[in-house]
Amino acid sequence: MQPAVSIDHLVKRFDPAGVGGAWRRALGRPLKDPIVALDAINVTVRRGEVYGIVGSNGSGKSTLARVVATLLLPDSGSVQVFGHDVVKDARTVRRFMNRVSVEASFFKKLSPLENLSFTARIYGLPAREAHQRIFEILKRLGIEEKAIRRPMDQMSRGQQQKVAVARALLTSPVLLILDEPTTGLDPRSKRDVQDFIREVRDTHDATVILMTHDMDEAEQLCDRLAVIDKGRILIEDKPAALRREGESLEDAFIRLTGHAVEVDEPDKTAAGGGG
Amino acid sequence: MVALGRELGASYAFVERNFRAVRRYWGWEVVFLFYSIVNALTVAYIAPGGVLVAGQQFDADRLILFLVVGTVVWAYLNSVFDSVAFMVSWERWEGTIESTFMAPIRRVTFIAGSSAFAVLYSFARAVVILVVVALFFSLDLGAANWVGAFAVLAIGSLGLLGIGIMSASLPLLFLERGSQMTVVVQAALLLVSGVYYPVEVLPDWLEWFSVISPATYVLNAMRDAVLDGVSLLDLLPHFGPLMLITAVTLPLGVWVFGWAERYALRHGRLKRSG
Repeated sequence: MQPAVSIDHLVKRFDPAGVGGAWRRALGRPLKDPIVALDAINVTVRRGEVYGIVGSNGSGKSTLARVVATLLLPDSGSVQVFGHDVVKDARTVRRFMNRVSVEASFFKKLSPLENLSFTARIYGLPAREAHQRIFEILKRLGIEEKAIRRPMDQMSRGQQQKVAVARALLTSPVLLILDEPTTGLDPRSKRDVQDFIREVRDTHDATVILMTHDMDEAEQLCDRLAVIDKGRILIEDKPAALRREGESLEDAFIRLTGHAVEVDEPDKTAAGGGG
Repeated sequence: MVALGRELGASYAFVERNFRAVRRYWGWEVVFLFYSIVNALTVAYIAPGGVLVAGQQFDADRLILFLVVGTVVWAYLNSVFDSVAFMVSWERWEGTIESTFMAPIRRVTFIAGSSAFAVLYSFARAVVILVVVALFFSLDLGAANWVGAFAVLAIGSLGLLGIGIMSASLPLLFLERGSQMTVVVQAALLLVSGVYYPVEVLPDWLEWFSVISPATYVLNAMRDAVLDGVSLLDLLPHFGPLMLITAVTLPLGVWVFGWAERYALRHGRLKRSG
């Protein structure tokens, strides 16, 4: 069976000089070494599974998520989503994929209803059907009806993140990329979002790629896990198989990478690829 | 046909969302509109003030109309340019740029939607400014050729949209300075386009730049149509340069935007972080 996502020798580097690099090159000035964000990544994600990618901040998680999500062009290698190349056939890939990132990106002065109605129009959903589904999904996620029409800047970050998950689901994606969806959330919101991911896994015909540095979350939600560090996949297996006897997944991570996972912190690199 | 309908629907999504955002920021909208009205009045009062300062009589009413057309048309053109040129910066500021660029639509759909909003929003604003300013002065608009004026505005908007789209791509190339460069382009258009004076008063080297600004032709043609009631037929000579500028800047703008987007996707410059 064709895999959901097939990543083959993917390489991504960033030039720290940015546009200034071209000037430095033209003037013959020394250039800083490029930052290797992804170093020959090979990953195959099967249809219907929740595939976790765990790593600390700056390990390459978010860069990988962005390449798969068509938001970043690879330097070499290829990424296929259901057989479609993310570079050559980006618009087709976008049609059946969605992404939830660490920060809920919305027009914060608009309400969840207005933001999600915008998404519905963009994705060509009929207005009436979209309206109904927006209310269904948001209520299922525990958003009160009156909050659905209020500006999003009046909501907590946890609630905003739930709306972000709702937006992704509204478009019925067959591939859902969750890039640190629970980072920085309060325990209650975190649990709600995780419950919903479980529900998506169990009831929707969707493949989920979950980028996280929360080992408990990874262990609970993922069918298989890959450990990424310094842009390289170190190992890939079922969560239980990654652990040695008596070891927690976090212990296994430290053993494999040689360092601990940092505490919650949103990504901050210029490329937006902090994870 | 279905695909076209879907893209049109997606374009409309940007119009609807942006108007909703305007409504939510209504306090700022009122303040900015108030400022624009006061600015237009202040400029128009230069005409009667000029009579006192110069100490000799001249046709102050004609100068008032000249200045009012300049301020109102510039308020429109500037607003169109502003809305289009900052479409990327706006998405980036709201934090929605990645979700917008990840949507399964053609980039031209995003540009068309943002441009349609820019034209509708700016036109509504300009009408309000004109109506309020007209209350302060006894403007003689009896001879105005409004059909010609609207035709000029429609064609002129397209040429300006092309330059606005090119400016919108600057923030994709330069995270911080792109928006600053856009303001410089905006200021240059104000200087060389003859908003408050005929371009002939500019030094030769500056006057040359007025030739490539679509705003110059729009302002000249609008003054011909509103001040002198010049017929649509006689306005046609203004349309030639406007159509030429549009034919060059509009496709070039879309191409440059696409190129800038590819650059941003290659170098990770879509989103500003930190």
